[in-house]
Amino acid sequence: MKHIQVNSETVTVKSEQLSELLIELGYGDSVVATAVNGDFVAQGNRVNTQIKEGDRIEVLAPMQGG
Amino acid sequence: MRDFYGVQLETPFMLGTAQYPSPAILAKAFEQSKASVATVSLRREASGDKAGQDFWRLIQQLNVHVLPNTAGCHTVKEAVTTAHMAREVFGTTWIKLEVIGEEDTLQPDVFGLVEAARILTEDGFQVFPYTTEDLVVADKLVNSGCRVLMPWGAPIGSGMGLNNVFGLRALRAHFPDIPLVVDAGLGLPSQAAQAMELGMDAILLNTAVSKAGDPAMMAEAFASAIRAGQLAAKADPMVPRDMASPSTPVLGKAFLD
Repeated sequence: MKHIQVNSETVTVKSEQLSELLIELGYGDSVVATAVNGDFVAQGNRVNTQIKEGDRIEVLAPMQGG
Repeated sequence: MRDFYGVQLETPFMLGTAQYPSPAILAKAFEQSKASVATVSLRREASGDKAGQDFWRLIQQLNVHVLPNTAGCHTVKEAVTTAHMAREVFGTTWIKLEVIGEEDTLQPDVFGLVEAARILTEDGFQVFPYTTEDLVVADKLVNSGCRVLMPWGAPIGSGMGLNNVFGLRALRAHFPDIPLVVDAGLGLPSQAAQAMELGMDAILLNTAVSKAGDPAMMAEAFASAIRAGQLAAKADPMVPRDMASPSTPVLGKAFLD
C-alpha cells in the first residue's frame, strides 16, 4: 500500500500503474486526462506509468469554460 | 470570412459554456445564438461525480466546434500541460491559450503567452491566444506560429465593452490577413456590433449571455448584433466628418422668403 495525492487529497492505494489506479479509484470508463507530478501522462502511457509513494496525481474531466 | 486554421465557421460567434443557470438553459442559449464554437475547460473531478461526463455529452450534442481553454493557468508549464490534457480529452488540436498574469484584471502574461504559444505550435497545436491589443506582442505571437489572435475587449467578465478602440483598429490594420477575435469584456450586443464594424472576424463571449436574466434571448440579441456588425463592415461604411452635410438635395429648393 502507498500514500499518494489525488487532486490534492491523500489516499491510500495498492495499484502499481496509473491505468490500474484509475480503476481502483472508480473512474472506470470516464473521459479524463491525467498528470503525475505535474507532467501530462497520455492515455496510452498510463499502463507504463508506475505509481510511487508520495506521487501527486491529477485527474481532470471536461468542465464548463469561457 | 477568414478561416480559422482552415475551418470556415458558419457564424462568427464563439460562446462560452460557463455560469449558466442550468444545462437546459445552456443548450437553449446555444440554439438561439447559432454559435459555431463552444469554449470548454478541464477541472478536477472526483470519481463518483459524473458532472463532467454529463457536460461533455451535452456539448457533443450541440453540433459545434469545441475550443478548450487553459483558463486559470498562470505559468507556461501549467498552460502547456493543460493544453496537452485538453487535446486528449476533447480530441482537438485547437487550444484557447490563456496564461494569466494579474489577478485583478485577469490580463494575460504576454511573455509567458508567447513562449507557451511557441511550444504548443511546435507540438502541433493550433493556438488561439488570449492577448491584449499590443501590436508587438501580436507580432511575436504570429512569429510563434499563431494564425489567429484574440485580443481582449476589456477584462474578463467586466462587461465594459471595447476599452481601446484605437488599439483594435491598429491591430486590424497591421494584421489584415490574420483572423482577429475579440475575446472577453463584452457586456452588450451593441459592443459586439461595434467590434465587428471595426473589421474583427469573430466574437467570443460568455458572461454577457450566461449572466443575463434570459440567457437564450441575450444569445439571440448578440447573434443579431454580430450579424449586423459583420454586414456593416462588409458594406464599406461612410467616412465620418466633423461638419454637417445635408442629405436632402439643395438643388431645386424653392425660394420662399
